[in-house]
Amino acid sequence: MRMQLKIWRQESQAKQGRLVDYDLPNVNPDMSFLEMLDMLNEQLVRQRERPVEFDHDCREGICGQCGVMINGRAHGPLPNTTTCQLHMRTFKDGDTIYVEPFRAAAFPIKCDLKVDRSAFDRIVQAGGYTSASTGGAPEANSIPIRHDVAEAAFDAAACIGCGACVATCKNSSAALFTSAKITHLALLPQGQIETRRRVRQMVLQTDKEGFGHCSNTEACQVECPQQISVLYIARMNWEYNRAVFY
Amino acid sequence: MITLDAKIPDGPLEQKWSRYRSTAKLVSPANRKNLKIVVVGTGLAGSSLAASLGEMGYQVTCFCFQDSARRAHSVAAQGGVNACKNYKNDGDTVFRMFYDTIKGGDFRSREANVYRLAECSANLIDQAVAQGVPFAREYSGYLSNRSFGGVQVSRTFYARGQTGQQLLLGAYQALMRQVAAGTVTLFPRHEMLDLVTIDGKARGVIVRNMDNGAVERHGAHAVVLASGGFGKIYYLSTLAMGCNASAIWRAHKRGAFFGNPSWTQIHPTCLPQSGDYQSKLTLMSESLRNDGRIWVPKNQEEHRAPNNIPESDRDYYLERRYPAFGNLSPRDISSRAAKERIDAGYGVGPLKNAVYLDFSRAIAEQGRQRIEEKYGNLFRMYQKITGVDAYREPMRISPAAHFSMGGLWVDYELMTTIPGLYALGEANFADHGANRLGANSLLQACVDGYFIAPATIPNYLAGEIKSGPISVDHPAFADTEEAALRQLQQLLGIQGTTPSDHFHKALGTILYDKCGLSRSRAGLEEAIRQIRSLRDQFYADLLIPGGPDLNSELEKAGRIADYLELGELMCYDALTREESCGAHFREEYQTPDGEAVRNDRDFAFTSAWEWIGVGQEPVLHKESLQFDYVTPTVRSYK
Repeated sequence: MRMQLKIWRQESQAKQGRLVDYDLPNVNPDMSFLEMLDMLNEQLVRQRERPVEFDHDCREGICGQCGVMINGRAHGPLPNTTTCQLHMRTFKDGDTIYVEPFRAAAFPIKCDLKVDRSAFDRIVQAGGYTSASTGGAPEANSIPIRHDVAEAAFDAAACIGCGACVATCKNSSAALFTSAKITHLALLPQGQIETRRRVRQMVLQTDKEGFGHCSNTEACQVECPQQISVLYIARMNWEYNRAVFY
Repeated sequence: MITLDAKIPDGPLEQKWSRYRSTAKLVSPANRKNLKIVVVGTGLAGSSLAASLGEMGYQVTCFCFQDSARRAHSVAAQGGVNACKNYKNDGDTVFRMFYDTIKGGDFRSREANVYRLAECSANLIDQAVAQGVPFAREYSGYLSNRSFGGVQVSRTFYARGQTGQQLLLGAYQALMRQVAAGTVTLFPRHEMLDLVTIDGKARGVIVRNMDNGAVERHGAHAVVLASGGFGKIYYLSTLAMGCNASAIWRAHKRGAFFGNPSWTQIHPTCLPQSGDYQSKLTLMSESLRNDGRIWVPKNQEEHRAPNNIPESDRDYYLERRYPAFGNLSPRDISSRAAKERIDAGYGVGPLKNAVYLDFSRAIAEQGRQRIEEKYGNLFRMYQKITGVDAYREPMRISPAAHFSMGGLWVDYELMTTIPGLYALGEANFADHGANRLGANSLLQACVDGYFIAPATIPNYLAGEIKSGPISVDHPAFADTEEAALRQLQQLLGIQGTTPSDHFHKALGTILYDKCGLSRSRAGLEEAIRQIRSLRDQFYADLLIPGGPDLNSELEKAGRIADYLELGELMCYDALTREESCGAHFREEYQTPDGEAVRNDRDFAFTSAWEWIGVGQEPVLHKESLQFDYVTPTVRSYK
């Protein structure tokens, strides 16, 4: 397959970026999207040019480090799939592909396709934990948790923190990310005790970081690699109101 | 010759750890805030330790190369974590778990360490549940278990196929809580370049900010390396692209001995290689072998699709060779059996490099919904990567490099041969012997970080209270920093014609071929020559465009430079161990039917290698292994 790539190149946060054209013949349809970028980079290095910087690590869809906009969609054309799990067989020979970084005011660009998502860490620091210090835990089976409750908590806890929800949202809202953590911990007896403080502080932190508000377009749910549900956003709002008003 | 003192406490096996804890020196709460500890790595071992030390009131500085601590590769562990809770009433005890682990490791690990691992396992589940880890539960609301390879009880706790992710998020959240509390200072996107020692003690690290290239000094009263394993040295592996040996290798070059470097677990159930562009071999959890059956066709010239091959023409070779454990035989045995069939010409797939993992019987017996509940995410992942629906036809799987049983040599306190330098989790050599049992890696990383190191590090720090703050203006920091900068300049200055990945792939091919599932004297000697020559080419012809600031090619080159030295050490280790044990299979030492022949008389020891210099033969030290509570037997799963 032959691919025409238009890739966002930006040397650093302070510099201007632009789309640069690359022609890539001999793409194997079984390659992953990132392996296709590896191939392009090898070609660039051999020409003594600076390779395209992009984030990636586990390449099996779980670390959440990879993520680019592909033809205007977070993680590319397949729903609920990370960039590393997207394969070139999804495209047609001769296709033109636009590759850009995840864009949001709270995700400043570091270089090319690499963005700074440390805002997510600070949202978790604001309260996305149970205050259970090492050593004080009671016997694990002393508090039974209903099978369906444990499964529902898992569904919310499965978020990989990639930021696709923010990148795809027209408001750059981090509501899906934040609400997933709030829901995960609010469902479990171990997390319930701190729910009120947690929801207020985490929501406050998302505002401080410059993420926008949720206007319920539900676009985030379409791209989320872990199929995190927008119902958690409703849950977050409910928990928030409860914490503030009651 | 240096004698290696493992510092194993006296007393009966089951009392060693409690005796140690009762007699170890303590640091009072008032003094803790004056003591600084550097932790390199934020996987399960690093995060859990940094959080636990922060909770106790120490000053912790923590580094990871990922852009967030939550992305460390512990996140990718799928199947589960072992703990002897005996919730299933199936006869599990601390001793049985200890025995399974010692036997699984082919009697090449320390009794006291392994017993402690089993002893602390139950408490880990309590800790994780308190953090909100959503383990699978029965309809009763109680925790659920499943079986893993190499054992006959159900002691594995799991959170679907994402157990590592959920445990890591628990540790990461505990870490974030300490960052907010100000006890832990976290530096993501920082890689360790070197260890600083003063008067023989570990006193800090030189790190590089990967976003702007700045090289920084950090002083500490103790340094902990929790930087994970180095299976990525094989290039194609189940590891993340950034996994590396650099932190432990550079500490090794500063005097920390390296234990059992050649023992790498080759995992039996990974996706096979399909082309030369490939960057990794994705793991499919061992838990699949609870319900999947492994087979190859009985005929070498089999052209039918798998579903059209009748039962009579299938060879379920694990069930045939190892009837007692069958498809749940340990990893080393399953991988070698797969390689044997593939090498004999019975492999399947376009490159004939795989075997089938078949769920048709499990789906017929239990229904598709039950299988979906247990392994849904794995089947989805398989379909995304291969385009094949494994509910309809068998998966194709193949062995791939996975876990490093080897790592820095540590004593019972997890301290390396450099005072004040510790190694935790996969970065150390301890606990797993020559083969790790499934679901024991998450366990070891967590137990090291939550329970062991927080008890042993204060025993050392108690002697450091009088040291005062560690100044980074000491000449040792300047010298070490200068050496690190020189190395970066050297790599950038070569300006040859070949990108770094080329050397990594070439090294991986040599190691898979000659220091992988099967090794021989002639092959290993050849590999040492080839690696030396490859290293010469690397320093003559490496090409890195760009400069010392944000530059992923420079990051890769630094890691590969270390791999090119470590690969040689792995071959020396495999060469000198003239027996077959666990993951280490020497072709010269096997029974007529191809089973491993271990030699307890001459090789019941842990190798601990001392660095001499590049291209020079390293020096082997031995820590002999004593077995007072178990009798090493021929490890049979038949």
